[in-house]
Amino acid sequence: MIVMRSKLILRVVSKLLIPFILLFGLYVQWHGDFGPGGGFQAGVIFAAAFMLYGIIFGLGTLREVLPAWLTRSLMSIGVLLYAGVGVVTMLRGAHFLGYDVLASTPTGGQHVGILLVEAGVGITVFSAIITIFCAFAGRAAADVNPSDDYIDEAE
Amino acid sequence: MSLEILSSDFLDAVMLLFMAVTALAIARIRNLFAVVMLSGIYSLLGATLYVILDAVDVAFTEAAVGAGASTVLMIGTLGLTSARENVTPNIKAIKGFVICSLVGAALVYASFDMPSYGDPEAPIHHHVVPRYLNESASEIGLPNVVTSVLASYRGYDTMGEAFVIFTAAAGVITIIGRSRRRRTKKDTVDKKSGGSEA
Repeated sequence: MIVMRSKLILRVVSKLLIPFILLFGLYVQWHGDFGPGGGFQAGVIFAAAFMLYGIIFGLGTLREVLPAWLTRSLMSIGVLLYAGVGVVTMLRGAHFLGYDVLASTPTGGQHVGILLVEAGVGITVFSAIITIFCAFAGRAAADVNPSDDYIDEAE
Repeated sequence: MSLEILSSDFLDAVMLLFMAVTALAIARIRNLFAVVMLSGIYSLLGATLYVILDAVDVAFTEAAVGAGASTVLMIGTLGLTSARENVTPNIKAIKGFVICSLVGAALVYASFDMPSYGDPEAPIHHHVVPRYLNESASEIGLPNVVTSVLASYRGYDTMGEAFVIFTAAAGVITIIGRSRRRRTKKDTVDKKSGGSEA
């Protein structure tokens, strides 16, 4: 991966853009039930902000913000959150992923359930895309410069 | 009159024409960086087509994943391989062309059995769809029916999708995530020790 340490315009513009991309990602995540979007799209947009950061400032800097152990754990936490909602609804006497029992009213329960599973999807998609990006980009960096100090290791 | 020409059918035709031209360019060009950029454009055209078809959620996904994330991933992949496509021998190209033509003809033949575009009698507009559209406001209570269907009525499917993405990333970690770096480190050590010996 080409590290653009000296490109001043790219660095300034990306620093200005990244907060807005993150904000838009959060909007798409939590507004998916009212407008277009949802966990999947929000996860990709959120990941895009970090990918931009990684392309401009280098993979090592990105991994300082998002260590490998964090994205790997988040990947599992997302799907566990989704499946966990299903287990909770079963414990409360409904079918797997029958959200009606999660709150006092059925529609309230549906709202809580959908919010939680969308969050699970968003977390998994975000961390999965960051993981794939870092795996590819890290390997390219290792090819270009084998003594690169970039370490994608949990230990 | 001037606005009538911008009717949905006309826009559909223009978008499909653009997509066909982009696909042909992708097939012809050997510079893989240009191919990656063109495939991003292809996804963006597809997203525009979905917007015209009022499928904003799908368009959103196509624009974010197809035109955004996968373009970056493909450029990352280009860093690992050659930036130029090898020339395919003519005999292989002809074989491929024949197979593609046969499959394409079969698909076109199959499409004659499909309901025509926008047909209100099509099965996709019956079955469970009327219930989703009529009842989701009282059953789920969300304004966006797409979210109701994806996250609640079809919650199993969406969970399966989440697990597919999880599995994909886990597979990438398994194949190129860890072992390679160790080998690189060892290579570097070998090189260093070799250098000191010489």
